[in-house]
Amino acid sequence: MNFKLILNIAIHLLRARLKQSIVAAVGVTFGIAMFIALVSFMNGLNDLLDGLMLNRTPHVRLYNEIKPSENQPISLSEKYKNDIHFISSVKPKDRGKAIYNSKAIVHFLKQDQRIIDVASKITTPVFFNSGTIEISGVISGIDVTAEEKLFKISDYVIEGNVIDLEQNNSIIIGKGLADKMLLVKGDIIKITTAKGNLASLKIVGISQIGISEIDDTSSYTSLETAQKLLGEATNYITDIQIKLFDISTSPSVAKEFQEKFDLDAIDYQTANSQFETGSSVRSIISYAVGIVLLIVAGFGIYNILNMMIFEKMDSIAILKATGFSGSDVKWIFISLSMIIGLTGGVFGLLFGFAFTVIIDNIPFNTASLPTISTYPINYDPLFYIIGISFAIITTGIAGFFPAMKASKIDPVEIIRGK
Amino acid sequence: MSNIVLETKKLTKYFYDPIQFQVLKAIDMSINHGEFVSIVGKSGCGKSTLLYLLSTMDTDYEGQLYIHDELITGKPDKELAQIRNEKIGFVFQFHYLLAEYSVLKNVMLPGMKLGKLSEKEIEHNAMEHLRTLDMEDQALKMPNQLSGGQKQRVAIARALINNPLIIMGDEPTGNLDKKNSDLVFDIFNKLTEENKQTLLIVTHDTDFAQRTQRTITMEDGKII
Repeated sequence: MNFKLILNIAIHLLRARLKQSIVAAVGVTFGIAMFIALVSFMNGLNDLLDGLMLNRTPHVRLYNEIKPSENQPISLSEKYKNDIHFISSVKPKDRGKAIYNSKAIVHFLKQDQRIIDVASKITTPVFFNSGTIEISGVISGIDVTAEEKLFKISDYVIEGNVIDLEQNNSIIIGKGLADKMLLVKGDIIKITTAKGNLASLKIVGISQIGISEIDDTSSYTSLETAQKLLGEATNYITDIQIKLFDISTSPSVAKEFQEKFDLDAIDYQTANSQFETGSSVRSIISYAVGIVLLIVAGFGIYNILNMMIFEKMDSIAILKATGFSGSDVKWIFISLSMIIGLTGGVFGLLFGFAFTVIIDNIPFNTASLPTISTYPINYDPLFYIIGISFAIITTGIAGFFPAMKASKIDPVEIIRGK
Repeated sequence: MSNIVLETKKLTKYFYDPIQFQVLKAIDMSINHGEFVSIVGKSGCGKSTLLYLLSTMDTDYEGQLYIHDELITGKPDKELAQIRNEKIGFVFQFHYLLAEYSVLKNVMLPGMKLGKLSEKEIEHNAMEHLRTLDMEDQALKMPNQLSGGQKQRVAIARALINNPLIIMGDEPTGNLDKKNSDLVFDIFNKLTEENKQTLLIVTHDTDFAQRTQRTITMEDGKII
């Protein structure tokens, strides 16, 4: 089959009906452009929200949970081993929140090839004193360099510098807390721990995550300051936060460490399952809308091709009479449709890219997202590949049925019919 | 190889719509190489129907059709298209040029479909044919800029482009005035005399038919 000739004929037919062809192509362009803009924007938003969660959440967190002992004394007894035990009024046992042998565990984890890095942490409830009132809050003692490396904590510090936490007796407090207590950077804040210890810390910064519940209660200090505050030794930590190279392995890694270190372990997916659901639902919606747009464009092409075939009956008859077979005619119309689809699709990608760039530059300032200044966009080339393939597939199918019809036209009927 | 270009054996055709009706009744005929044959008959006698069967475009018939002693009956669509392209040239009553192409491209198209020569050679041949038909200076015009007689001459040039075994015409002068139909006849005549071109023309113009070498008269689906 002579594809060059077939393509040439298709282009000539197209030129004869240029306006209609352009309208059809614009339909595809619109569909693809909207698809690209929508999917890029939705995924940008998803990434933003996931990032919001993932940047703050360790992939695996090791800690001690307050819970009842799994092995009650009776179950250890040989005598009643084969009996069923009924124990009432079981109370949780406080093993202390401290992770035993924490230094050895951290050292061991740092050797693990799957792990990016490990950050130790102490979380403890405190009271912030302001005049006569006390505000309850949480203080997190962090390993500043590791925390910065893993969670980009400086992104959320809107005033001051995270590194200043390395100074003795310094603290960064949440924006809500600072507003409530009328404190600014440089002021001294008084803190009472749960055990009654009193301390004065210097505010070196203000943080804002964007979730008021957290900003109203949270504060950061260094590990050493937190240990001093609680009157504990330098090996006292309550959480080990782990980031992995392959995030999808976190459930299995969590399980492995739970057994190995006899600690409680939670992976980020379990801790934030609602985020995953939201992301996938948003993706499905954006793909569905994009695909519907393309199907509508496909119907437009189908209509225009049908009309074109009706108009070009004579041409089809003469092509057949002069030696073009039914399948040649079919390919003429399929390639005609593909040309419309491809041109429309390529322009759609260009316009889609332009739209996303425009969206990417629209100012988007919100108090809840301090690190964001414009609407988020994901420029994944995969969307463009999906877009163009879908344009080709839809127009191919839209062209196929009219093309089949054209290939079955009986030239005798048309030539006689005059 | 025998001298017979086209031969039919018991060619029979029915129309089913609105009622079953036998258009062609066991037609046996043959056309020799270099003959200029016309088929005449009253309208409705089946002469055009016969031509479309011979042209391989209509395949719904009984009996056998041979072109150059090769059985054509029952071949698939693709091969029939190939045969039409290579061995048969058409001239219709209503010229049927492609409105999207220039005169020259219209003439070249069957040659490009055949693909045996380069585009340059086909263009050269097309210009030659147009020159012998006195249409050389119209080559780059679009078909809608031509008169009826001119269009018919372009159609003849197109029919000639692949040097076909036979040229078939369905009332090629039916739509033309006396002067133009004489012109077309002269062209056909010249083709048989100078190039030994085989021609089979369906016409109801008795004047035209009388001047051909052989006239086949049909009546009620039979040759008489």
